[in-house]
Formats: sequence, structure tokens, C-alpha cells
Amino acid sequence: MSSETISGPILTSDGIPLKVSLRKAEKRNKIRAFLLVLPLLAFILITFIIPIGDMLARSVDDRYINTVFPKTFEVFKKWDKQDLPPEEVYETMFFEINAAEGYKIGKSSTRMNYSKSGWKSLIKKSQRKFKRIKEGPYKEQMIKIDKRWGDPFYWKALGEMVDPTTMGYYLNAVDLKYDSNKEIIAQPENRRIYNHTWIKTFKVSLLVTLFTLMLGYPIAYLLATLPLKYSNLLMICVLLPFWTSLLVRTVAWMIILQQNGVFNNLMVIAGLIADENRWKLMYNETGTIIVMTQILLPFMVLPLYSVMKTISPSYMKAALNLGASPLHAFWKVYMPNSLPGISAGGLLVFIIAIGYFITPELVGGKDGQMIGNWIAYHLKTTLNWGLCAALGSILLAVMLVFYWVYNKIIGVENIKLG
Amino acid sequence: MSEKDSFVKFENVDKSYDGESLVVKGLNLDIPQGEFLTMLGPSGSGKTTTLMMLAGFETPTSGEIYLEGEPISSIPPYKRGIGMVFQNYALFPHMTVNENLAFPLEVRKLEKSEVEEKVHKALSMVELQDFGTRMPLQLSGGQQQRVALARALVFEPRLVLMDEPLGALDKKLREQMQYEIKHIHENIGITVVYVTHDQSEALTMSNRIAVFNDGKIQQISTPDVLYEKPDNSFVAQFIGENNQIKGKVKSMNGKNCVVETENGDEIVSLKININSVGETSLLSLRPERVWVNVNEKNYENNFDAKVEELIYLGDHVRTRVKVCGNDQFIVKIPNSSDHSDLKEGATVKLSWKADDTRALDFKG
Repeated sequence: MSSETISGPILTSDGIPLKVSLRKAEKRNKIRAFLLVLPLLAFILITFIIPIGDMLARSVDDRYINTVFPKTFEVFKKWDKQDLPPEEVYETMFFEINAAEGYKIGKSSTRMNYSKSGWKSLIKKSQRKFKRIKEGPYKEQMIKIDKRWGDPFYWKALGEMVDPTTMGYYLNAVDLKYDSNKEIIAQPENRRIYNHTWIKTFKVSLLVTLFTLMLGYPIAYLLATLPLKYSNLLMICVLLPFWTSLLVRTVAWMIILQQNGVFNNLMVIAGLIADENRWKLMYNETGTIIVMTQILLPFMVLPLYSVMKTISPSYMKAALNLGASPLHAFWKVYMPNSLPGISAGGLLVFIIAIGYFITPELVGGKDGQMIGNWIAYHLKTTLNWGLCAALGSILLAVMLVFYWVYNKIIGVENIKLG
Repeated sequence: MSEKDSFVKFENVDKSYDGESLVVKGLNLDIPQGEFLTMLGPSGSGKTTTLMMLAGFETPTSGEIYLEGEPISSIPPYKRGIGMVFQNYALFPHMTVNENLAFPLEVRKLEKSEVEEKVHKALSMVELQDFGTRMPLQLSGGQQQRVALARALVFEPRLVLMDEPLGALDKKLREQMQYEIKHIHENIGITVVYVTHDQSEALTMSNRIAVFNDGKIQQISTPDVLYEKPDNSFVAQFIGENNQIKGKVKSMNGKNCVVETENGDEIVSLKININSVGETSLLSLRPERVWVNVNEKNYENNFDAKVEELIYLGDHVRTRVKVCGNDQFIVKIPNSSDHSDLKEGATVKLSWKADDTRALDFKG
């Protein structure tokens, strides 16, 4: 009998298996816990997960044009891509342009224009002039209206829109494109803009991270080691800019940094630079780096401070006592213990910097623009949301890669933000 | 005084943090080589500050500290070659036990094989040979304590300082560690300066104890002298249990004096820390030096006392009585059949010797 009780499942005193009984008892708690997190879960889902999902989808989505020209693409697929398409393609295209509502045609032609510029104006022009065409065959008459209808490159460009998904936006985001045979090629030299912006974005972000670390580390150390009454004052000094509007701070920097600004004037008065050789500190990369460093400094100082606060001063004392010089003690004992703060601050500043927008926009000039500025430009000016989504997705992917590398090297569990 | 007798020497050392009050006042102290000296005192008495000045983390405001005859005030802590065990061990959390122990050796640029050998030897000394690859946080409090001890000794310092090293351990472990530290000290013969506020710890471990209060050494002596013959009322009260009776000095005669308590009883006692007839004195008397219902002829002091409270503690009965107007008077009565009739409210005869009663200063 005793062997039975050992081998079988453990029962409660009323004969129900213990696990079942426990599950039942815990069920209420689980439901309550779930209900407690539900509002936040819903909030995150609606404001974060869904938009990101939508962005990822948008970056490859190419269905819209397929809903406007379904039949044209149907017959287009049969074309052997030699010379010009057959009459049938022209005919369905003619009817579908005429049948669709104006805004649908507009939106589609914008999409077609991404693949081959000229499509938009061609369709706009054709829409007006198609009224003259009463009956078929249509091919000749359409070419007569506009020569471009007889250009095979225009037709071949349609080939990349036939699939409901496209990599076109991603290719565009890294200065590549499809050629007329749907082979991936580099953009012509004068149209390459993104790759060097990507490189600059990483360069600026890394430099800003480095500078904030160099400037923030000593401040954080002071904050963590000074007596409370001094460190509180210093903390206010660190946070004060934090409480000032970002725009105000950036404009203040513009006043300081411009060629006739405060800094250059002081340098000229001090006789350190000649009046005609005033430094260009703004409307270039230098300006972007200077201002972003100042603005992002608190994001470095605060995680560093919170970690340093936990480093017992007795570690340094012990290291000195054991015979290490102050420098050696710092390098071997203090610094390794502050590493979680360095990495948390570094990751935070880098991630914020990589997607930064306002500061480069205002003080960056032509030279100091970052990828965030291009996203904003396409979002607001060209309305090329597919490209925005692709740029944004790449940004997200890069951040995830950094996060992954960081996790491999240092370990996310070591992050301390406060 | 020979070199050996003042291995460490404090000479008129003052320390002030704020320029308004002194934390350490005119400290003079000689520590011979190989001694285990404990600085004992309540918090704020200046004992830790004294230790920190010796380690080099604080500088004396005036006066000088000598180590082996050399003034060390201007030598930075990392050049003093003094080992130290910190209150919370201060083991480097990002290094393994081995790396922690190797740290002082690598700083001194020892050969790798020599480092390994010494680390192993130090770990064996604290019986943690198998724990070298662990991280400090994976060890129990007692094990961390031992690693800290090994680290302070591994580079063979001239002197080891310990700043309340057992404060964070539970009682049983603390007692065990007290013996271990004592044995290590005896085995390697190193000079130890130990700071604690726990008097039983001080009594267990030390060759000599310096009792600190108010920035000054109140008395420095061996544990038994300190307990048996306290020089002043602070020491008497701080070390061990102690009955205090307040009274006025009525007469002085050779080594003895007579003190009259507030209710008129006259107690014969040793004249220790009083100067003149008429001044107020605090008598100090250990509870175990008071006898119940014995032959009165052998004792100078005999009084009737009323038993107020009995606390049974197994080997003895802690008895609170009212005698000479003091109702907080404690007597430790051995658990024997002689005293089986002791009851609360009963009147007993208490007797004690003049030699066990010390007339000390009265403050406040």
C-alpha cells in the first residue's frame, strides 16, 4: 500500500490529485492578476504593438495597386517581356484607368512613379486625353497620345508591382533598386542618399554616446560620492536642462554656436581666432553632435548615477588598502562595477540618438541630417509611407541587433536604469 | 621604550572633521608587535576614526602616527602595507574568490606561480580551498568573512586592521569566527588592531583592550584587569554587568574609603577614582561578587535586602533585590540546594567584600 502512494500522484485529504486542487485554488489569483494587467496590456497593444506591426506590414505591402489594376496585371503576367506588351494589356489598362475613381488612380500612379519616374505625369496626362479614344484598337491611339506608352521600360517597371509584397522600399532605403528585368542594382550615383546618411547616423550616434559618457562619467561619480547637500544641488544642475523644452534648448544653442554667435564672438574678443576665420559650429555635423551631446547627457548621467550609488565606497578603500594606486584601483575595481551603468546609459543614449530628429533638423543644416530627418521628410512631404516604414524597420532591426550584441557581451540583466 | 613595544605608536593625535569638535582627543597609544589590540567603545567614541587614520583613509588633524618608528601620516594608504578587513567585507563582487585574493599580489607584481601558491595557502588557512572559483555573492556571510580575512592576510602585511568584521554575522557564527580569528592570530603572530562595540567579542579575542569613549581612551588593559579593576565608572558600566550605587564619600583611610548612600547605609570600598571627602562617588560591584546568607565576619559589607524579582537561568538565578536604597541591584546566585527557599518578597542577608567594591567617579 505504501508503494502505491509513493508511485501514484499525491492526493489531497479529500482524494483529489494535489496538482488539480492547486490549480483550482490558484485560478482565482491568476484571473485577478490578468485583469490587473489587462488595461496596460491593451494600451501597449493598441499604441505600440499594432502600430509597429502596421509599419512592418507597410514596408513590404504592395497590394493597393493590385486592387486598382487587377485585370491589367492579370494579362500583364502573360506578356513575354520582349518589345511592347500585346494589345490586350493596353486595352485593360485603358478601361481600368477610366473606370477607377480619381484618388485611386492618383495613389496608384504615385506608387508606379517610385518604380519608374514619369508614370505619374503619364497617367495624369492620359486621363485627360483618353476621352478622345472612342474605340479600339487602343495600343496605337495611346502611343499617339503620349510616346511613353510605347516605351517598354515603363511597362517593364510594372513587373515589380505584380506581387502583393515588394522589397522595393527596402532596396530604396539602402540605395538599391530593381532594374527593368527585376534584377537588384545600385541606384545611379546622383540618387544615392541613404547609405551615407545611415553611416552618418551611426557615426553621430556613436560619437554622441562616447562624448556623453566622457562628460557624464565624472559628473555621475561626483553625484554618487559627494555629501547629500552638494549632490542634490548638482543633481538639479543636471536635471534643469532636462526640464527645459527641447526646442528652447536647441534654439539657445543656435544663438551660442552661429558664426556671429556668443561663442565665436568670445573667441574673437579673446583673440583666439581671427574675425574672418570664425568657426563653423552650426548647420553641419559638428553642430548636431555638440547639441545632441548636451541634450542627451542626462540620459547617460542618470543610469550611471544610479549604478554608482550602489557601489560601496569601501571597494575603493579596500583596493587602496591592498596596495593598488588610485588609478589602478579605479580601473580594476570601480570601473568594472560601474559597467552596468555605462552600458545602460550607452544603450539608452545610442538608441535615442539613432532616431533623433528635431536637433539635426534645426542645427544640422545640409550636412548634419540623420535618417530620422529622411523619415520625417517622406512622411510629411512626399507621403511615401512605404519607404518611411522600410527606413523605420531597418532602424528597429539595427537597434534589435545592438540589443542582441549587448545582451551577448554584457547581459541585459545587468542593466540598471534606476 | 623599545621598537618592539611600540610597533604602532599614536602620539598626541587629534582628529576633527568640522573644525568645531574633536572626534579623537589627544590620543597616545603604543601597540607592541604581535599584539591583538581591540578598540572597544560605543558608536561615535572615535574608535573607527582612529582605525581609519592608521589605515590612511583619514589624516590626523594634529599629532603623528608611527609604524615601526616611521611617521606615516604622509604615506598614502596603498603604500602602507597594512591589511584591513572591512565591516561589510568589501570583497570585489566582479571577481572570483581567487581573483580577490590575487589582487594584492598582482598589484605587487609577483610571479604567477607564486601568486597561485599564496592564494591557495591563504584559502587553506580559512578552510575554503574548494571555493576559489566562486563569486563572493555565492558564498554565505561566514564564508565571505573568511575570504575577506584571507585577502587581508595573503600579502603578508605588517599589520592587520579589522573594522567590526563580525557585525553582520549571526550570534553562533560570530562566536565561531571569534575563535578562528584568534587562532589565526596566534598561529602567524601578526599584529592585529580590532575595532568592535561588542564587549564579549573584545574579552574573548584580545591581548589588550582599549576602551574608547568621547574621543579618549578611558582605560587600556588586559581583559581580566579591565573587568576586575575598572578605572572609572564608564569602563565599569560598559564592560560586563555591574551594580552601581551612588553615594557621598564620608571618610578615607589608606586604600579604603567609606561611602554613605542616600538612605544612610555606609559601604566600605576601595578608593579608586575619588579625591576628597564629601564628593559624590559611584560604587561599582559585580553581581557575582555578592553573597547571600553567609558568615558575616568575613565581609566588610553586610546588608538586609528584599528580593524583588527572580529570573531562573539554569546554572544561576538572576535575582533583583532592593538594597541600600537601590532596587535595581542584581545578584547572581548559583543554582544550588542552599538557596532553594529563595522567594520573591523575602528578606535576605547580602554580604560583599570591600576589595570587590570600587569607588569610582560620578559624572552628571
